[in-house]
Amino acid sequence: MTQLFKFFLVFLKIGAFTFGGGLAMLPLIEREVVDKKEWMAREEFIDIIAVTQCMPGVIAANTAIYLGYHLFGFWGSVFGVLGAILPSFAIMIAAAEFFLTFRDNPVVQAVFMGIRPAIAVLIFSAAVRLSKAVDKTGYNILIALGSFALISLLGVHPIIVIVAAALLGIASKRRGMGNENTD
Amino acid sequence: MRILTELFYTFSKIGAFNFGGGYAILPLIEKEIVINSGWITPQDFIDLVALSQMTPGPISINSATFIGYRLAGFWGAAYGTVGLVFPAFFIVIFAATAIQRYRNSRMLDCAFIGIRPAVIGLITSATLSLGRTSIIDIKSVLIAGLTAVLVFKTKLNPVLIILVSGVVGGIIYTL
Repeated sequence: MTQLFKFFLVFLKIGAFTFGGGLAMLPLIEREVVDKKEWMAREEFIDIIAVTQCMPGVIAANTAIYLGYHLFGFWGSVFGVLGAILPSFAIMIAAAEFFLTFRDNPVVQAVFMGIRPAIAVLIFSAAVRLSKAVDKTGYNILIALGSFALISLLGVHPIIVIVAAALLGIASKRRGMGNENTD
Repeated sequence: MRILTELFYTFSKIGAFNFGGGYAILPLIEKEIVINSGWITPQDFIDLVALSQMTPGPISINSATFIGYRLAGFWGAAYGTVGLVFPAFFIVIFAATAIQRYRNSRMLDCAFIGIRPAVIGLITSATLSLGRTSIIDIKSVLIAGLTAVLVFKTKLNPVLIILVSGVVGGIIYTL
């Protein structure tokens, strides 16, 4: 079995068993890539995560692309990203097919009526969790409230809000207004 | 055929601006797919979020696959999902080459860390629209309250919380 195929399998395995999104995958990727396969040193892995977190997109896929390129070149990226997305892709097609087939069933409808409010609360709890991880500076509070108001009250496109927040972030960092990464 | 290219393009756009992790993508999907394209209804949107919470994998991949599949079957799912990771593929490879060349530059000190407070606003916006669609009568208020207690007062796994709310919904909405 070639190294490239092993690399593909690592991401396939991680993609298939990680609930809770991209960040939950990182410790698993680290264990496979650094501890088990010994493809790179831990410091190097941490540097790579710092970079891929800055990039747009899915952190697990980005990590697969970067590590793949770093270790095996272009095809490493291709195999890595395919491994990272294939399990979600396959499982979601099955879930979508099930949902679209049974959605008109009265019991399924009742169950989803119950799940929907729970989802709204769960998503809200993510915002609460994130707000605990960010410093309560005047600048941060203003940006958080401003983004919310622009999108929800004024209907501004979220892409504009994201780009504006990034530019403001760079400007405020230059002036040392304390918008530091708290990780 | 046209729908496949549109799926690819729309999800590339979403993927290119998907900063700040998982849930930060929800307002983008809502704006592009629910409001601008009208490809799925607000109910579909929240059910999609529910399904992706119950299945493994990142919510953005799950969303691209679900919406693509809903619109154009297997190939729709494939075009949407590949479109989503397409911009990142080139951006990350570019970064990988650039950083290997300029190891000591301040690349690591990235600009987009600055958007973290904005992500709080983005997720809160998503909550507001999801809440408007889902909390619509006294029963749903009760379920939201029950979920809030489970989420904020216990460390119960989100998948279990969704199962509990589904069972409660199944009972009180069929009574």
